[in-house]
Amino acid sequence: MSTSTTEPGLTVTAERRAVTSQQGATPDKDWVIVTRGLKRNYDMGGEIVRALRGVDVAIRRNEYVAIMGPSGSGKSTLMNVIGCLDTPNEGEYWLNGQLVSKMSDDDLARVRNKEIGFVFQTFNLLPRASALHNVELPLVYAGISSSERKKRAQEALERVQLGDRVHHRPNELSGGQRQRVAIARALVNRPSILLADEPTGNLDSATSTEIMTIFQALSDEGQTVIMVTHEPDIAAHADRVIVLRDGLISNDGPSSTVIPAYTSGHGG
Amino acid sequence: MPFIDAVRLALNTIRVQKLKSFFTLVGVMIGVMFLIAVVSIVEGMGRYMEEDFAGKLLGVNTFTLRRFPNIQVGNVSEAQWREFVRRPRLYEDDIEFVRDNLPPGMKSAIQSENFVYASTAYARPRQVNAIATDGDYFDIKRYELERGRVFSRQEAEYGRPVLVIGQEIKDHFFPSLDPIGRELRIAGIPYEIIGIIEKQGSLFGISMDRLAIAPFRSPLRRVTDPRGDVEGLIVQAGSDAQLQEAMEVTREVMRGRRKLIPAVPDNFAMETSDSALAFFAELQGRLRVFGMALPAIGLVVGAMVIMNIMLVAVAERTAEIGVRKALGARRSDISRQFLVEAATLSLFGAAIGIALGLGIAEVVSRVSPLPASVAPWSIGFALLVGAGVGVVAGWYPARRASRLDPIAALRQE
Repeated sequence: MSTSTTEPGLTVTAERRAVTSQQGATPDKDWVIVTRGLKRNYDMGGEIVRALRGVDVAIRRNEYVAIMGPSGSGKSTLMNVIGCLDTPNEGEYWLNGQLVSKMSDDDLARVRNKEIGFVFQTFNLLPRASALHNVELPLVYAGISSSERKKRAQEALERVQLGDRVHHRPNELSGGQRQRVAIARALVNRPSILLADEPTGNLDSATSTEIMTIFQALSDEGQTVIMVTHEPDIAAHADRVIVLRDGLISNDGPSSTVIPAYTSGHGG
Repeated sequence: MPFIDAVRLALNTIRVQKLKSFFTLVGVMIGVMFLIAVVSIVEGMGRYMEEDFAGKLLGVNTFTLRRFPNIQVGNVSEAQWREFVRRPRLYEDDIEFVRDNLPPGMKSAIQSENFVYASTAYARPRQVNAIATDGDYFDIKRYELERGRVFSRQEAEYGRPVLVIGQEIKDHFFPSLDPIGRELRIAGIPYEIIGIIEKQGSLFGISMDRLAIAPFRSPLRRVTDPRGDVEGLIVQAGSDAQLQEAMEVTREVMRGRRKLIPAVPDNFAMETSDSALAFFAELQGRLRVFGMALPAIGLVVGAMVIMNIMLVAVAERTAEIGVRKALGARRSDISRQFLVEAATLSLFGAAIGIALGLGIAEVVSRVSPLPASVAPWSIGFALLVGAGVGVVAGWYPARRASRLDPIAALRQE
């Protein structure tokens, strides 16, 4: 490991620390995600589970980040908070310059619609709707006209090489095709971040590679990609890896350094 | 989500689950069907009353000057009855005086009725509805003649014993004979038959064809008004306004003639078709209330079925709701989706119910004398009720769907 690769990494880390420590201040436009002291507790039948215990994360625009961690580490909770599906009990979450941690349900829905493109492990396509209609959905909730929706959904499907499958239903598509429909759906509203939860969890390795190629291409085009995974070889596709352990960040850095440490840590 | 998308989605869902949707809306369908049928029948009864009953029995835009009312709403008290009996009778000179003072353009006729036995050589004696009259009686009653003629002014003036009869009289007393020119004896006195009235049909099973109409000055008067008075004067105006005016004039004339001071109430009655219809209006009102109770039960059951199905739908589509929320659906979007779906289902039920209800009304009007007439408002009302039932039934499931936690919803498979 040469100094030329670690030094920029270190400066970035220092910058991140600076951004995440300025409580209440609106972060610079370059930072698409900044969290400061995120805490999230769950009341599980009287027992308080502290899923996040003060997480400071800062992600720049166009970063390709993987969030890793064993089960129970809080990575799902962090993803839910980042995806605006959940709000923290304590701490700040700035998404694209907006303080979303204190938003109402309806404002969060609007933010999810505009800023976040979800890709789920189980694809979560509407089974009775065509690929085109599935991709149209975010635009429906954005209040975009029917003709414009069709046009943009078609474009998004063509971007994932499914231009000839637009009228197929999910059950007429293979797993990889379904996930590509889901990616098209996530991208159709031009979100700030693409948020993928175990995107290859239900796919074989060949298809996984295919999906990872798409993610890489999107990242190259300037899309911010955040993916949650427990598979090191999937996380290896990302530029940066954040490792969570017991509700805290245990490691954060370039994938080339973090993943070997993670796997060896696992190995014992 | 715009409303139109919600409707499209609802239609799509219904199309995909045709059978289930049908069973869901059966309750509303039956409720609305009965609603339309009951309203149509009750309305038909109302129309029947107004047109046939009031028209045939009393005449349109008419009033009858009488000693006391013939048709009563509710019970008459003992005291009231005693007051009626104390009233002075109406006599021919009263009638002539009123007629002379009526505004121009009024039609009028004396009307005295009684049920008396009549006989011929051809059949057994039988009761007939003997009517002694004059003036414009046939015109007011809209009696069209099948054959023959009505009596002339001269015949009325001189009281010739001539008779215009109804279909039943013809059929009973003159089986396979031409009655014109033949004689019918009423209370022993022979009358020459000069005309036959077209079939009038029946009203509540009472035949309207037993008529035997003779000039007021003919001997029939002794039968219809044995005390030498006049039972009533029927007056017809061209319009409701003219009718009111004629009634006012009549009241003044009668009060003046009888020297009634303002504090004293009328000692005569002016009966309009309205006063007779008031009774039936009351009956109709009650029928409407009871008639509505039946469809209301159907609609409540229908609402419960829809609510139940919608709750199942919310449970079934929890994952879908989660996805929609993740993609940016607000609470209002989700609740609108389910509300519109419930309302659409219910409206479909209402539409089918309306069609079936119209069918029932049609069948009823074919097989019964009631001319079940479909009130246009009832169709609008039924659609409104359909949508309302859907919204009410869908409200709770929609609210439940809209409040689902997206994370929990997404986790569900």
